[in-house]
Amino acid sequence: MNGESVVFWVSGTFAVVGALGMVASKKAVHSALWVAFAMINIAVLYFSLEAPFLGVTQIIVYTGAVMMLFLFVLMIVGVDASDSFLETIKGQRLLAAMFAFAFGGLLVASIATTLASPSAGLAITNAGYGGHLQGLARLIFGTYLFSFEALSALLITAAVGAMVLAHNERWTPRKTQDQLQRERTMGNHVTPLPAPGVLARSNSVDTPALLPDGSTSMESLPNAFRGEGQVSKPESIEEAGK
Amino acid sequence: MNPNNYLILAAILFTIGAYGVLVRRNAIIVFMSVELMLNAANLAFVAAARNTGTLDGLVVAFFVMVVAAAEVVVGLAIIVTIFRTRRSASIDEASLMKY
Repeated sequence: MNGESVVFWVSGTFAVVGALGMVASKKAVHSALWVAFAMINIAVLYFSLEAPFLGVTQIIVYTGAVMMLFLFVLMIVGVDASDSFLETIKGQRLLAAMFAFAFGGLLVASIATTLASPSAGLAITNAGYGGHLQGLARLIFGTYLFSFEALSALLITAAVGAMVLAHNERWTPRKTQDQLQRERTMGNHVTPLPAPGVLARSNSVDTPALLPDGSTSMESLPNAFRGEGQVSKPESIEEAGK
Repeated sequence: MNPNNYLILAAILFTIGAYGVLVRRNAIIVFMSVELMLNAANLAFVAAARNTGTLDGLVVAFFVMVVAAAEVVVGLAIIVTIFRTRRSASIDEASLMKY
């Protein structure tokens, strides 16, 4: 067993474990972390496939940019975004599993039965271009120049599209200074809102403050945490307060 | 090592991603499954490039990465927009074309 096999079996197994974890985990944040794990392992495989440039790009673009973007959106959508595993279409999961099994079996069987010629390797090709990066540059900026230009147009379009989609129209007029002052002095909350709980067991923004009667105050939490199942174990905090 | 092993691994990852798309109902997780499928395809491209001793597969994988980045930006913006009107990221609830 040479070094490449070891890397393949270790990283390949980890990548599959990460993918399975993504499908199986209930919370979207856990899914995102599992995918990041799988992508890092795929990057390791790129390195062992003599593609160091792509390996670095994979880590920077996928785990660095794309997955972090996913995590940002998860923060906007609410970390609770836990999926219900209830089936809305009867038998959907079973059918999907059968489909996936059949599809995967077909792919694996057809690949496994083809004869594999020993890998040619990139050493000769790289030498012909005078280096790995030189070869890639030759192809990207030479042979595939038009695709590259089209990609740059695509990136700009995507950026503009995201800005248009994410742009938020103001629905209500901005509050005037007068209104703000009235709210402050004559509204429901003359005092500032309570701060999140600083308790012996936990001290974070998702911990609600305890009121004198032992109940928790949802007003002490940021809006994003006020949903169902967001708060870190309110019962245990309530019990601790009693 | 048999160079087909990489292709088999890519096939397995692609299948898991397809299963995720079919089963999960949180739009963000569905999206992550699509990303996993793109990654699997990339792995197949890189493995094929090495098997044939050409660099073209690497360039294609690189282009796929760029397209995936653009796609993620627009897709997540759409998900955020849907979430704003519907207060939910479940793809079951986005069943109407408007409102």
